[in-house]
Amino acid sequence: MADRIFSGLLFSCALLVVSSLLWVLSDVVLQGAVHFNWQFLFAAPSNAGRDGGIGPILVSTLWLLLIALTVALPLGLGVAIWLSEFAQSNSRLASSTGISLDILAGVPSIVYGLFGNAFFSIYLGLGFSLLSGGLTLACMILPVFVRTCEVGLRAVTDDWRRGALALGMTRSAAIWHILLPAARPAIVAGLILSIGRATAETAALLFTSGYVDRMPGSLLDSGRALAVHIYDLSMNITGGDGAAYASALVLVTLIIALNTLAQGLVDSWFKQRLKIA
Amino acid sequence: MLSNSNRIDRRLNGLLLSMVCVTALLLALIVLFLLSEAWPFFANREPDGTWLQLFYRQNWYPLEGQFGMAPMILSSLAVTAGAVSLALPLGLGSAIFLQFYAPPRSAQGFRLLLNVLAGIPSVVFGLWGLTRLVPLITSWQPPGASLLAAIIVLALMILPTIALTSASSLASVPKEMLTGSMALGLRRNTQILHVILPAARAGINSGVLLATARALGETLAVLMVAGNVVQFPSGLFEPVRVLTANIALEMAYAMGDHRASLFASGLLLTLLVWLLSWFAHRVNQVNNREIRGG
Amino acid sequence: MTKTKGSVYTLGEIERGVPCCVPEPHLQVQDLTVSYGAKTVLSQVSLDIYKGCITALIGPSGCGKTSFLSTLNRLTDHHPNAHVSGKIVFDGQDLIHDRVDTLKLRRRIGMIFQKPNPFPLSIWRNLELPLKEHGVRDSDERRQKIQQALKDVGLWDEVSDRLQTSAMALSGGQQQRLCIARALVLEPEILLMDEPCSALDPISSAVVEELILRLRGRYTVVIVTHNLAQARRVANYAGFFWMTERVGKLIEFGQCQHLFDTPIHALTAAYISGARG
Repeated sequence: MADRIFSGLLFSCALLVVSSLLWVLSDVVLQGAVHFNWQFLFAAPSNAGRDGGIGPILVSTLWLLLIALTVALPLGLGVAIWLSEFAQSNSRLASSTGISLDILAGVPSIVYGLFGNAFFSIYLGLGFSLLSGGLTLACMILPVFVRTCEVGLRAVTDDWRRGALALGMTRSAAIWHILLPAARPAIVAGLILSIGRATAETAALLFTSGYVDRMPGSLLDSGRALAVHIYDLSMNITGGDGAAYASALVLVTLIIALNTLAQGLVDSWFKQRLKIA
Repeated sequence: MLSNSNRIDRRLNGLLLSMVCVTALLLALIVLFLLSEAWPFFANREPDGTWLQLFYRQNWYPLEGQFGMAPMILSSLAVTAGAVSLALPLGLGSAIFLQFYAPPRSAQGFRLLLNVLAGIPSVVFGLWGLTRLVPLITSWQPPGASLLAAIIVLALMILPTIALTSASSLASVPKEMLTGSMALGLRRNTQILHVILPAARAGINSGVLLATARALGETLAVLMVAGNVVQFPSGLFEPVRVLTANIALEMAYAMGDHRASLFASGLLLTLLVWLLSWFAHRVNQVNNREIRGG
Repeated sequence: MTKTKGSVYTLGEIERGVPCCVPEPHLQVQDLTVSYGAKTVLSQVSLDIYKGCITALIGPSGCGKTSFLSTLNRLTDHHPNAHVSGKIVFDGQDLIHDRVDTLKLRRRIGMIFQKPNPFPLSIWRNLELPLKEHGVRDSDERRQKIQQALKDVGLWDEVSDRLQTSAMALSGGQQQRLCIARALVLEPEILLMDEPCSALDPISSAVVEELILRLRGRYTVVIVTHNLAQARRVANYAGFFWMTERVGKLIEFGQCQHLFDTPIHALTAAYISGARG
């Protein structure tokens, strides 16, 4: 009898969770679909965003991502390679880098926004710009990206490292020709997840890349990310809800697509490893 | 080791080392800039009082030089505590259901739903809260935008993470425990409550603590539904303002001491989050040791 | 062995030069001691490796035979706590104390590992990569060397129609032969083999063993093996290692026939007859 109550309780709990989550999801999809049309993706916002579309905003978002990735990708990969292939096991630099990355991963995004504002916007004089916002995003995604790449590299079997050494190959050649290609699925998955996180980010961009919803002319122009646009429409613009939901639909679809892609890559990585091992 | 290595490897090592130094310095840079921006706040205080007072003074009138953050600190804690108390039982229950009771097809669908929602940005949750939840609460008890709204929205946000991490902790409990307890003829619920759950304690606890840290640092969703009036959290239906929302709202026009106070609150927030994360890490270690019979 | 195309058991011919095993030392090892951190694994080993001959190192596991091999191509450099003392004379140089170009050294002294470790690349690329890394720029020259190496190990008939397919798809025995070809393609003088057959099934093991036999006279081979019968079949010289006071030592070294039939040391006799170890 107690068993029945227990499982009944659990079932109702799961039901509650599923229905509330579905409620949120369906609202976004349905309300968003009402206001959405394909023109929405390309037109410029008009009437403070209530009408028109999100064309320039998508462009700004893309630029922000590009800047963030241009900085975070080589830097993150380089650090991961050093940690996995060159650092000695008792290296103090390696352990302090690891600890500081773990600490950084826990900093709230609004605090990254504060830092971005103080350092990039003011100290470096970049003002409210795509460059400021993109660099702040790079700082945010770096810690997790490094860890993901490092894990992917460490997972590659040592047999190949030893084989390459025995053949008189340089470590650099082994990394470039053998290890990086072998770790590629993990690296790409980490990359895509980082993109997903950067796309969802709002708080860090509010005072680094700013609010301007026009098409940006240069990297030093202010630009509005999609998430910031949703915030502005819902909080500051009366009657902006429709456009806000449509933008939310676009954003959510984008993120789901990215996460599915990343998951697919991770799954194929596991399958590949099972085949090789 | 590296001393007799070749030129190519030495060059690559050098290049990578410079990248590592840049990255290692990032944390120091962030702390440095936050501190330097917050410094006027700590330095310019009345000669008789310490600046610690400002963390428990009540009045937040920054344009008049009054920086009492106590109401906002308490609001942050209240919203977080409320969200976790709501999300923990629901998340854990969902996880148990997912791992042990759900038929495979439904489990897959449920897991997919949780994964999808774990990736949804906070601003979208805030939008939903603002347009759906707040009017609902208003019709029940105005003004709608309240502590309750913030708690519900935040709970919905951290629920998927808690459920997924708990589910994977439950899944990683060795099968022998389950079969062993079945062999003893224990009832399902006893098995789960008294054998499996304690064994998965480490992962579940640290997952919850990390979700708490995330909730504490959450800005947009809470900003959009909590009403943002600076006052002590006096009732579920009263509006509150949390530290993160405060920063987001006032940064745009804050200058001088006001701006410094916002940076100071950011530092406080970060400290709290780090404490929670460190605690989560320790709890994980301790629990793991206990489970392994240390 | 029959030579049918596509069969797993084909073997090619190594046709260069006259077989020659001369009592002229190729490598001279004097008082070699290897320790990892505080633990000494090998103490005061002295022996000569003769040119063109196959030298087998036998003895139970843990006696430091693998560590011995690793010192010969300076692979111990990459072990964090390894300390090597003594003298290894190769081509007038002391490998331990002189400044040695390890990349060039490893081209002249190749190594085959117990577990086959072909790179996760195509068969062709596995062989081409070491050649490119060692500066063989002419692609025709590379093609010729690769073809020769594959013929030498008897893989040419089996894989010539699928050189661009993944090396990981080969069977265990084929993978090990590929690893041998990969070492041979650099035209080394000495081949170090660490239990090359022990991870293979009996038939593949026999194929690889036959291949090793045909290397005799053309290459100097040092082979660590647990299989006494194999050592007897294959080797010209043999060294017997044993653990005394938790440290590996060389007990006896000499011509293979003498060691097996008329061992000097009682331990050797006991091990060979199967009474100990």
